[in-house]
Amino acid sequence: MEIIRPDVFTPQEADQAEGQLINSFFDNCTSQFPDPAKWIDEEIHRNILLTTVDIAIAWARQRSIFPLMFGLACCAFEMIGMAASRFDVSRFGMDIFRWSPRQADLMIVAGTVTWKMAPAIRMVYDQMAEPKWVIAMGACAVSGGTFRESYSVVPGVNRILPVDVYIPGCPPRPEGLIYGITRLHAKMIKGTIDNPNLSLK
Amino acid sequence: MTLALNGEEIGKKLAEAFPAAVVSSDKLNVLVDSKHLQPVAEYLKNTSGLEFDYLTFVTATDYLDYLEIVYRLVSLKNNHSLILKTRCHTRDNPVVPTVVNTWRAAYYQEREIFDLLGIRFEGHPDMRRLLLWEGFQGHPLRRDYL
Repeated sequence: MEIIRPDVFTPQEADQAEGQLINSFFDNCTSQFPDPAKWIDEEIHRNILLTTVDIAIAWARQRSIFPLMFGLACCAFEMIGMAASRFDVSRFGMDIFRWSPRQADLMIVAGTVTWKMAPAIRMVYDQMAEPKWVIAMGACAVSGGTFRESYSVVPGVNRILPVDVYIPGCPPRPEGLIYGITRLHAKMIKGTIDNPNLSLK
Repeated sequence: MTLALNGEEIGKKLAEAFPAAVVSSDKLNVLVDSKHLQPVAEYLKNTSGLEFDYLTFVTATDYLDYLEIVYRLVSLKNNHSLILKTRCHTRDNPVVPTVVNTWRAAYYQEREIFDLLGIRFEGHPDMRRLLLWEGFQGHPLRRDYL
């Protein structure tokens, strides 16, 4: 295609070149590109999708996680960064952080858990409706981290809650948290209707 | 900028009013005997020219031989400040008089010091643990804890 350069052509010449280009499109583009799925009957094409119920439900759960708005320490800022537009967790369908544990199904334990906070965390976990998942984010939630030997810190949140995914780091970057969420997705897709979070019965 | 008053001058002034109260004083701070802490606090708050009406913080340190309580006083009226200290020489059941009646700001910080260092403030209206839970054994900021 010819490049229109205003310093070489006069404006009138440029207009004429543009007009010729549009006319050539107008003359040549008369028929539509064919639809590749045209051979399928329209009723079938619209209405049939083959899958299993387990996978369909697990997929729906996986792509609509409502996380609990729940930050304990500095890891919470990485979690906020993950939710904001730069890292954009909306891509995974979990942009709505819920204040109420009744409406949430993922608890991200972001930060240091102290013994004085432990009963409150357990209560919030018990208030969440089944099925529910827990991510332990950061060294403190995984194992107590730097404060493991301290008099006031729980050495690992798995002493008070069952944890599905552990994300190490101090704090982990938002990409790390997103990777942990994709691992959680991989776990969720394996769930069935009667045993959604693959707990041992 | 708040002017940090010379501790020696304040120490001389206090020694005139309470002869037995001042243990030592230097450029930075005044160390008083804990028996005379309450009258000294009232004096520092109400004497014109000093008028320390604002207590920035109370804190305490464990030096193994003794426990030291530190008060930072500020006068918003005269824009000057002073560090006041007192010591407690026993480790089991140390007791110091409270300054809550003079500066209300000491209320929670004296409770915190009781919680973490085990210093009882005599006359405090509610001497309970603040940060740790009831039933916790020991006082974790003491040097001999664990």
